Amino acid sequence: MKHLISVLVENKFGTLNRVAAMFSARGFNLESISIGETEDPEVSRMTIVTRGEDRIISQVLKQLNRLVDTIKVTDLTHQPHVERELLLMSLKLSKSTQHEIFELSNVFKGKVVDIKQKSITIEVIGSPDKINTAIDMFRPFGIRELARSGAVAIHRGDS
Amino acid sequence: MHQPGQKLNGSEIFFECLRREHVDYIFGYPGGSLLKVYETLHDVEDIKHILVRHEQGATHMAEGYARATGRPGVVLVTSGPGATNTVTGIANAYMDSTPMVVFTGQVPSTLIGNDAFQEADIVGITRPITKHNFLVKDVRDLASTIRKAFYLATTGRPGPVLVDMPKDVLAAECVFEWPESVDIRGFKPTFKCHANQVSKAAKMISKAKRPLLYVGGGVVTAGASEALLKLAAEQQIPVTMTLQGLGAFPGDHPLSMGMLGMHGTFWANQAVSNCDLLIAVGARFDDRVTGKIDTFATQALKIHNDIDPTNVDKNVKVDLPVVGDSKDFVESLLNELPKTKEDRSAWLAEIEAWRRQCPLDYTVEKDSLKTEFVIDEISRQTKGHAVIVTDVGQHQMWTSQYYKFTEPRSIVTSGGLGTMGFGLPATIGAAFGVTDRPVITICGDGGLMMNIQELVTAVYHKLPIKIFLMNNSYLGMVRQWQELFHKEKYSFTDLEASNPDFVKVAEAFGCRATSADNPEAARKAISDALAYNDGPMLVDFRVVRKDMVFPMVPAGGSISDMLLARLNPKTMV
Ligand SMILES: Cc1ncc(C[n+]2csc(CCOP(=O)(O)OP(=O)(O)O)c2C)c(N)n1
Ligand SMILES: [Mg+2]
Repeated sequence: MKHLISVLVENKFGTLNRVAAMFSARGFNLESISIGETEDPEVSRMTIVTRGEDRIISQVLKQLNRLVDTIKVTDLTHQPHVERELLLMSLKLSKSTQHEIFELSNVFKGKVVDIKQKSITIEVIGSPDKINTAIDMFRPFGIRELARSGAVAIHRGDS
Repeated sequence: MHQPGQKLNGSEIFFECLRREHVDYIFGYPGGSLLKVYETLHDVEDIKHILVRHEQGATHMAEGYARATGRPGVVLVTSGPGATNTVTGIANAYMDSTPMVVFTGQVPSTLIGNDAFQEADIVGITRPITKHNFLVKDVRDLASTIRKAFYLATTGRPGPVLVDMPKDVLAAECVFEWPESVDIRGFKPTFKCHANQVSKAAKMISKAKRPLLYVGGGVVTAGASEALLKLAAEQQIPVTMTLQGLGAFPGDHPLSMGMLGMHGTFWANQAVSNCDLLIAVGARFDDRVTGKIDTFATQALKIHNDIDPTNVDKNVKVDLPVVGDSKDFVESLLNELPKTKEDRSAWLAEIEAWRRQCPLDYTVEKDSLKTEFVIDEISRQTKGHAVIVTDVGQHQMWTSQYYKFTEPRSIVTSGGLGTMGFGLPATIGAAFGVTDRPVITICGDGGLMMNIQELVTAVYHKLPIKIFLMNNSYLGMVRQWQELFHKEKYSFTDLEASNPDFVKVAEAFGCRATSADNPEAARKAISDALAYNDGPMLVDFRVVRKDMVFPMVPAGGSISDMLLARLNPKTMV
């Protein structure tokens, strides 16, 4: 099953490479990985989406912990958490579709970030599931290009 | 010795740090990026630099030194080709959890990334084969990085650590400061075993009717041998060992069952298949040990003690994991467990019956020589009081079967990676660290050629090592698989037409050498070599060419199902 893992790492060059290389060397599935600084500039947070049966996931967590540059590894999957992904998508635009695109964008609480004669760029934020649905729904209009950030997530509440 | 607080350049700091880490030997080779270091080294007297003839040799020497002494091995090589030549040795140390610190020179930091002359991204290359590695970008970080490197290499599950040092960093100056302590927030190994887990283990042991200890290199690393001997004796539990675990328990003890796994003893593998409790200590359920996983120790509850949590439940699902240091584990068990009241004599008798059913044996003929005999004879003449270093192949497996290892750190062998060419340099490294016992390599004619250049190093330093070459003029282990599983297609394994005259080769290097082709001559050659201490000595044992190592579990087969003899006796000529 799908797992969402949050990893605090030393903010040093090479850390992302160490984590990614460990996944490929051990044949673990890596669906998405995102990384950014935290409130402490020496620490970055990685959010990793992976898939596997329990035994594999337990190895993934242990192997992550074993890397010297990882500080804390948390499997958020079964804990209260907030998970978001950003989608940027450029669509073909014509007089006849303009209205529908705007409406659909509203349904997904999307934002128009750029508009030209023949193209429109929309931003959607939401869970990866919502992003998948949005892409499916917009597809008939003709997707010119799209970019997804991969999931980022944190614990909900005080823990 | 320079004092902290003084202004020093990077090269001077480097040696100050090594002093504080009590380094006595460096195995190294100079080059452009290291000129400053070698300039400083010129006046260093307390740390001995051993000039190798190939950087791979340096890494294996460092590993031999580390395994024989328990202290970390140190390597120093230049950037680019010097660094890439260490890759095999680093991978070997990683697989066998050997403490080692490899220092590489690097092009000046301003040129990194420009495809500069002799630039290689050695930090990138060695990331998956080091426990950790560092690129030092500022001379002010050099001392603390070296401190961390030694700490990481030797703490918890040991392993190789690489420190890449750009040329400008080695020349730049700063005030030397030695950090008294190390704290790495992402690295906190668990030493102390959880008391609850130990109690549970103790209960399982006291209830077991047919328990078996399966011990690996972790017992040697942790220094748990003495406690293990006590535990086994008090609880009357037989002990089987992995290749790296040999010597962790005395091989001549009645409870010792020798090695298990692919070329393990028949009785050890039968015991694994029939035990009701398997207690794994400092071992990692490697595929060469388990054979086919679903048929491995199916009747047993399994306890697994290891300092590295990633080893637990990796290959085999266990009933009770106990993460922590193996010495702590065994000693805690000793405290918990009263001397056993269980009568385990029936179980021990069953094992004895398996031993009698398929003992390890071989025939001796007057005018032909078997590797098994030679190794048996080395074992008899040294009485187990030696450091035995092997290369990789048939001779290695026969060594594990016929040499009676009685002390920890008496075997040095490439287990996890199986690196041919390991033997000779590792022997040299071990001989720098161990001077109170003979240091012997048992190697093959294929593997010896892979690092033969290091004979120079042994001769120059007059190291009294014994090079016992089991010369079958074959890549014997591969030939064995070709015969058993590949339709007897002996592709590129016959070396008879191409092997050199090893006695002449040795002599050209200035090494004393002789040969033997029958048991009587072999016996004498061994005792002569053991008596000769003015330098290295090579004995070219002209052994039977097509002998095979048995018993054997075919790869992926079940360990309860061993091949006991060759399938087609006609192929033995
Ligand atoms: C560097 C390296 N290359 C190839 C192999 C594959 N290999 C394993 S054993 C072996 C044959 C070793 O021959 P030799 O050194 O003569 O020892 P023997 O088996 O004859 O005792 C080979 C080629 C290896 N283990 N290491
Ligand atoms: Mg051979």
